[in-house]
Amino acid sequence: MALSGMRGLSVFISDIRNCQNKEQERLRVDKELGNVRTRFKNEKGLSPYEKKKYVWKMLYIYMLGYDVDFGHMEAVSLISAPKYPEKQVGYIVTACLLNENHDFLRLAINTVRNDIIGRNETFQCLALTMVGNIGGREFAESLAPDVQKLLISSSCRPLVRKKAALCLLRLFRKNPDVVNVDGWADRMAQLLDERDLGVLTSSMSLLVALVANNHEAYWSSLPKCVKTLERLARNQDIPQEYTYYGIPSPWLQVKTMRALQYFPTIEDPNTRRALFEVLQRILMGTDVVKNVNKNNASHAVLFEALALVMHLDAEKEMMSQCVALLGKFIAVREPNIRYLGLENMSRMLLVTDVQDIIKRHQAQIITSLKDPDISIRRRALDLLYGMCDITNAKDIVEELLQYLSTAEFAMREELSLKAAILAEKFAPDLSWYVDVILQLIDKAGDFVSDDIWFRVVQFVTNNEDLQPYAAAKAREYLDKPAIHETMVKVSAYLLGEFGHLLARRPGCSPKEIFSIIHEKLPTVSSFTVSILLSTYAKILMHTQPPDPELQNQIWAIFNKYESCIDAEIQQRAVEYHAMSRKGAALMDILAEMPKFPERQSALIKKAEDTEVDTAELSAIRLRAQQQTSSALVVTDQRPANGTPSNTQLGLVKIPSMSSNVDHNLPDQDISHENGTLSIVDPQPPSADLLVDLLGPLAIEGPPSSDVQSQPNIVPGFEDAPNAAEATAIVPVGEQANSVQPIGNIAERFHALCLKDSGVLYEDPNIQIGIKAEWRAHQGRLVLFLGNKNTGPLVSVQAIILPPSYLKMELSLVPETIPPRAQVQCPLEVVNLRPSRDVAVLDFSYKFGIDMVNVKLRLPVVLNKFLQPIPVSAEEFFPQWRSLSGPPLKLQVVRGVRPMPLLDMANLLNNLRLMVCSGLDPNPNNLVASTSFYSESTRAMLCLVRIETDPADRTQLRMTVASGDPTLTFELKEFIKEQLVSIPTVSRAPTPAPPVPQPTSPVAALTDPGAMLAGLL
Amino acid sequence: MIHFVLLISRQGKVRLTKWYSPYTQKERTKVLRELSGVILTRGPKLCNFVEWRGYKVVYKRYASLYFCMCIDQEDNELEVLEIIHHYVEILDRYFGSVCELDLIFNFHKAYYILDELLIAGELQEPSKKTVARLISAQDQLVEAAKEQRSSISNIIAQATK
Repeated sequence: MALSGMRGLSVFISDIRNCQNKEQERLRVDKELGNVRTRFKNEKGLSPYEKKKYVWKMLYIYMLGYDVDFGHMEAVSLISAPKYPEKQVGYIVTACLLNENHDFLRLAINTVRNDIIGRNETFQCLALTMVGNIGGREFAESLAPDVQKLLISSSCRPLVRKKAALCLLRLFRKNPDVVNVDGWADRMAQLLDERDLGVLTSSMSLLVALVANNHEAYWSSLPKCVKTLERLARNQDIPQEYTYYGIPSPWLQVKTMRALQYFPTIEDPNTRRALFEVLQRILMGTDVVKNVNKNNASHAVLFEALALVMHLDAEKEMMSQCVALLGKFIAVREPNIRYLGLENMSRMLLVTDVQDIIKRHQAQIITSLKDPDISIRRRALDLLYGMCDITNAKDIVEELLQYLSTAEFAMREELSLKAAILAEKFAPDLSWYVDVILQLIDKAGDFVSDDIWFRVVQFVTNNEDLQPYAAAKAREYLDKPAIHETMVKVSAYLLGEFGHLLARRPGCSPKEIFSIIHEKLPTVSSFTVSILLSTYAKILMHTQPPDPELQNQIWAIFNKYESCIDAEIQQRAVEYHAMSRKGAALMDILAEMPKFPERQSALIKKAEDTEVDTAELSAIRLRAQQQTSSALVVTDQRPANGTPSNTQLGLVKIPSMSSNVDHNLPDQDISHENGTLSIVDPQPPSADLLVDLLGPLAIEGPPSSDVQSQPNIVPGFEDAPNAAEATAIVPVGEQANSVQPIGNIAERFHALCLKDSGVLYEDPNIQIGIKAEWRAHQGRLVLFLGNKNTGPLVSVQAIILPPSYLKMELSLVPETIPPRAQVQCPLEVVNLRPSRDVAVLDFSYKFGIDMVNVKLRLPVVLNKFLQPIPVSAEEFFPQWRSLSGPPLKLQVVRGVRPMPLLDMANLLNNLRLMVCSGLDPNPNNLVASTSFYSESTRAMLCLVRIETDPADRTQLRMTVASGDPTLTFELKEFIKEQLVSIPTVSRAPTPAPPVPQPTSPVAALTDPGAMLAGLL
Repeated sequence: MIHFVLLISRQGKVRLTKWYSPYTQKERTKVLRELSGVILTRGPKLCNFVEWRGYKVVYKRYASLYFCMCIDQEDNELEVLEIIHHYVEILDRYFGSVCELDLIFNFHKAYYILDELLIAGELQEPSKKTVARLISAQDQLVEAAKEQRSSISNIIAQATK
């Protein structure tokens, strides 16, 4: 079929096809471009037909991959041609050649508008199509009302209206404000009654975008979506031409179910029932058939239904049905279905507590890890990663390691990272962790970043039991003929530090260790050379009495590198040489490395990475985000996992509280050295309690309570402060139910955050008051325990669960409080470093038959360690500028509780951030300064600037600066928590404008895996 | 949403590109090069989805041509796979058992038809019949204009004789 009427174009295409090679093709193209260029130069002599032809040639050349940097103007100018054939070409070629940011498009905006509002239906279609495909912001602003009119006009035919719907969708994506006008939600609901399925399909796509952005406004569309779905999936009430392989428009079904996933829940019981009926029908009624297309279409619908069921948090029965289906899918031969089965199973992990059922498919999933298709292998890897917990970590990580040797390069990096994270997160013992990481380095050294081996070194340094083992392992690897440089680094480091522990083993004398390491020296990079030099120095130090022969050898090496061109190596050589001549003093200088402190940079980086604008989050991402913390806690908590208290790997083994030792390190060290941390929770589950508070979702589910209760609280939870607030008090078992607290505990806590004395807790038996004094990084609190009864309170116990950043010491609490008496218990606090974690008082007593146990947050919060300081303009700006490096934190905060500027200033002042008026020329902005005190940072100046938007009080921009990145981050998050509106009591099912990265700080804090991920 | 549609021949020749998200010329070339490398090398019995730069590319091979559509990660893959097939069926109906050569010499028709199928990276018309009707109406409009023009030029030619 030749191109009707355009012989020149056909001839050109034939010529191109006949070219023998790329060079000939280029010559032909160049010739044609020259020709077109000259013709365009003399535009007046061109007939519309010729212009059309040349424009098509340009598009063809462009498609071949050549740069076409002229003629755009001619294409655009065809849009204003009066006749259909030219106009059509103009619109289509413009839409193909240009993108929305192109300047020429502006020239056409008026013509396009005239076509849209004009009477010619075919012109309207052309214009709507182009705007729908490449319209940008400017188009949105000038055309949206016209397009809206066309969409709801009763005089327009469906062919125009369906284009208008999608065109409007495009404009909405470019600027949401142009569509969010009064009354549009009602119009939208009316549109869903449309009988023409083209218009309905397009409108449904529009609705998906609108509800994703703001579902609140579109509640009235929800029942209509369910109706549409019933009409299609149940009644099959649809014209023949809209069925696809016998299935009532699968696309419309999918779109409708997608729209429904953006509504957090369905409250109306009738609608919900109707929807579940349809979903049940889809789940049960989808069979595998021979025809590929029919199969694909029906499974497209089925997978969307699965997603909707997951989202709606259906009853357990339906969920198990879904998992069963997925289990079937991951075992089929059809690769698409297998891929999607794996993908959806991963999503399932985030949503419900079906891990145990999913675990049954582990063997099958591992098979998919060996599939010939990389897409499927990726899904399998993801799923294995997601389903890994302490019960199956060994199997899964070993599978990953095995696969690592055969995996293609594209996957090795991800694979080794995932293996490293899992090994760290779920290691049943530390030696296994070391094994895994060394294997990783051995098999995929190129993909093991420095952070991973640094991490091993930290673990080994901080765990004495592990040191001989790790050193022996490192020694074994050195015997291998060719080892990766990273292996040289880690082995050299470990043997330098701990090689002497192996001294009695065969092949492990200092001399032997030295010579086997030294063999590697000629092949390594200069960074590794400097590590080796340190190792030699360490070996010398450990060889007491000195072995003269070894000493001479090493001195010779130092001597050689003293003139090395690399400054680092040279310096080390010179210094080690000089030091090693000092004899006994060497022991002090080169003694073993002290234990590592916490490494927080990783955490911060992680938090920063997730600090994304959440405005455009899709339903699934939103859900995933809501669920992250639950997934974390569920894996940590399940008693089924065998070890209830400690599922994570801490840097140091400590009898209790070890599950988050990772960031507890400094004060754990302190507690070992001088034993000041006198209060250690005697109950083994205490570790979980501490984790609970960090992971918001576990709050209602202490280890002793029924695990079943957890899923119920999952939906609607978005951020830690919210959750913690709603449930500051934790009943243990059922005993606490008989005594109810008086007043709102969360409110009391918040009041105490802003003032220094008041009531922390009260119930019919007891009142706990608090009085605090703060001096720099220290504080002294007094707890007043007042017995309100005429009988004694017995078995009184007060245990402090301090977060890692606080050192707290509570004086002895008497076991009995006599009737009507008040007991004072002083509590000393030292702030070690900035953090927003909150200390918890685990308080229990017995009165009569009532056993009461409450967990109360103590108002020892970040702002208590702030000291407001006034700063003048002369001081402020130089400081501000000097701090504007990377630690500076800038963030847009949405969902702010609207308040007048004055109130905000008061709030900041109450938080001990001194508002400095007059510094910022813009009256809508606030600038505040304060100094923060902690043991690690000492006094640290912090500057805060808040820019409010008078037009929209629910959002603001906040910039925080200080000399310490951790402090900056924590302070920013702290202020944010104070500013955002948190729906405390009514936990309405609204994933309200989510606070950016709501869960990640929590996850990051408790999860060393996340920290590790952040490092990379 | 569909970010772009590509038709690539087995030899890596581009037969159609349609971009619904703003890509610059440079980015377009890069995407084409990268994806041809990934997709054309995939074996026959693998799944129709490729994960690429945080997106998914759904593709299907019809004879010597690969039809590819790039979507967001959480989009419904099978739905898009069937949009591809829907498109192919419409092309087939229009050209009468379509082959690559039809699309080479009539690439503009492939664009017209695609515009009746997708706007803004979303499906606008699920009925093949309706699309076919609209395309033939367009063809008629073009034909009518041509006849009109030739009759005018006849008149002019006659008058100037």
